[in-house]
Amino acid sequence: MNKNFVLYAAILIFGLAAPFIFPAFKVQLSILCVLIVLATTWNIQGGEMGYNSFGNILFYGLGMYLCASVQVGMFFPLAEWTESGGEKTFVHTPTQFFQGMAVGLVVAAVVPTIVAGLIGYSILGLRGHYFAICTLGLGVAAGEISGGIEIIGAGQGFTTPPFPNVGSLEARGEFFYFLSFFTLVLTFIAVRSIYSTRFKLILNAIRDNEDKAEAMGIETMKYKIIGWMISAFFCGLAGGIMGGLVGYIDSTDVAFDGREMGVFMVLMAILGGKGTLWGPIIGATIFHIFKEGFWTFFLGWQYVALGVLIVVIVIYFPEGIMGWLREKYPERFGEVVDEKDRKAQVELK
Amino acid sequence: MDFLVFQYPMITLQACLDGILLGVLFALIAYGMALQWGVMNIINIAQGDLVILGGYIAYFMYLYGIHPAWGVIVAPVIMYFVGIAIYKLVINKVVDRDLFISILATFGISILFMQLMNFAFGADVVLANSGYGTTMLFDNNVVLPNSKIFSAFISIVFAVCLVIYMKKSKLGRAIRATAQNARAAKILGVDTEKVYAATFGINAALCGVAGALISITFTIHPYMGLPYTIRSFMIVIVAGLGNLPGVAMSGMGLGVFEEFADYILGTEFRIGSVFLLLVLILVYRRFKLSRKREYLK
Repeated sequence: MNKNFVLYAAILIFGLAAPFIFPAFKVQLSILCVLIVLATTWNIQGGEMGYNSFGNILFYGLGMYLCASVQVGMFFPLAEWTESGGEKTFVHTPTQFFQGMAVGLVVAAVVPTIVAGLIGYSILGLRGHYFAICTLGLGVAAGEISGGIEIIGAGQGFTTPPFPNVGSLEARGEFFYFLSFFTLVLTFIAVRSIYSTRFKLILNAIRDNEDKAEAMGIETMKYKIIGWMISAFFCGLAGGIMGGLVGYIDSTDVAFDGREMGVFMVLMAILGGKGTLWGPIIGATIFHIFKEGFWTFFLGWQYVALGVLIVVIVIYFPEGIMGWLREKYPERFGEVVDEKDRKAQVELK
Repeated sequence: MDFLVFQYPMITLQACLDGILLGVLFALIAYGMALQWGVMNIINIAQGDLVILGGYIAYFMYLYGIHPAWGVIVAPVIMYFVGIAIYKLVINKVVDRDLFISILATFGISILFMQLMNFAFGADVVLANSGYGTTMLFDNNVVLPNSKIFSAFISIVFAVCLVIYMKKSKLGRAIRATAQNARAAKILGVDTEKVYAATFGINAALCGVAGALISITFTIHPYMGLPYTIRSFMIVIVAGLGNLPGVAMSGMGLGVFEEFADYILGTEFRIGSVFLLLVLILVYRRFKLSRKREYLK
């Protein structure tokens, strides 16, 4: 326990100091924080509960649009804002900006949670691949439909409020970095405390055998919906932050981007190891470094690389990094290993 | 303007006929999906991208001065080998595994294909002009392009040929046996590995035919694949595996639905309505199939 405390303190200090050590990478670090939040929360229902969703992008995009709309709509008419596009006829004062952002983030987190709760009962009754395809459909449908709604910019996109002029030029990057880092810490604490309760065991029981779990008297539907709502809460929050960070929202390319973010969060969790606490975090970090390297040096080939990466990871590496470590060093994970059993397994191989 | 459909019966008729001709094409793609889903228990997200690839083959023939209708012969031959290659490289490693693995792996193939097609053919919306003209019906009130009639006819021919082939030939029997029980088929001397490869190849070839026809009748674009996958998935789950008349009927129904959604909601909501319909169908299915559950309180 003591060792873990030192580790957490070291990570926290590094996280707080990071924007000053690497000032050029502030935006990248903020995106990394958002990616880790997405991967970790996907893991709650994808890894622990066994409901592999492609549709968490729905909550992410919803949060993004809601946060920006609230931020604008609190002070100015929304329709005129989106109509003016890039030309700024309205300017937020710093107070308005931060007030709007705060209220927007609350809305962006709460509304997706409610949506998840409402649709959860009908969607989470589906099993296996029906669930996966259904959520895939939900994500794409949301993108296509939001691309046809005029008040949030339809096809031409929605420009989020620009960061107000508060002294130094570095303020924007630092604000968004600390916002996303704070969200990351919040997510980590929440997920970690969830994983140490009976709730996690129930989720695992649902993953391993849902019918049996039900026969043991667990109201599986209730817990599935709660699990999905927790995911939705943090996805919405991450979306709200990302909207402000990117500064521009497009229905299919930024918000409901099933081809990028929607796949990324699944891939990051699988790369790190599904159903572990640290897996998605490690996976997201490695993936982000790989992705940025590729996006920078092989521009244009990134989707080819992404496609190949998905296939390779899924076929040859489905257990992820944590799964591989667990197989190699089971003692570290608190598993009791019988030496004879291990030798027998080695011989079998 | 919105509800013009109901005021003028000719528009309704036009939408119905358009939808049916379109639906036949969807049914052809869905037939391929049902085939490989039934035999290999794999859902191929890259289905739509195979369709688009077939379309580009026909389009290239058109660019080089060959009539694109010949694509109907050439595309399936090429696509058959593409399908076998995909099977050998990826699919045979995911056949017996978790379904989610196969969905994700084919999703990866889909992204790969999208981007490779984008490099090879450019990001423009293209169509191969067949120069077939149009047919006027009912005092010129209903306009049907001949290419649509041609494509529906060819799809029906291919589907019928395939059904007969599956019934009569040795490979067809082996495929059906494997679909029923792969282990028993193996014991009785069927080389299931070959059967799987052939099934995936036939599926890809069907996609090729459909793609060539789509490039003549509609437009193709590298990123347009996913809606075709979703449509065929929807048709298969509505019809049920192995129910061929059902596939044809629900394909046409989907075509008609799309045309009406196009007229009533507007073209920008067309794809969105398809995806929403998928969600609604799945939710309906879930409530229909769910047992009544009661807990001890």
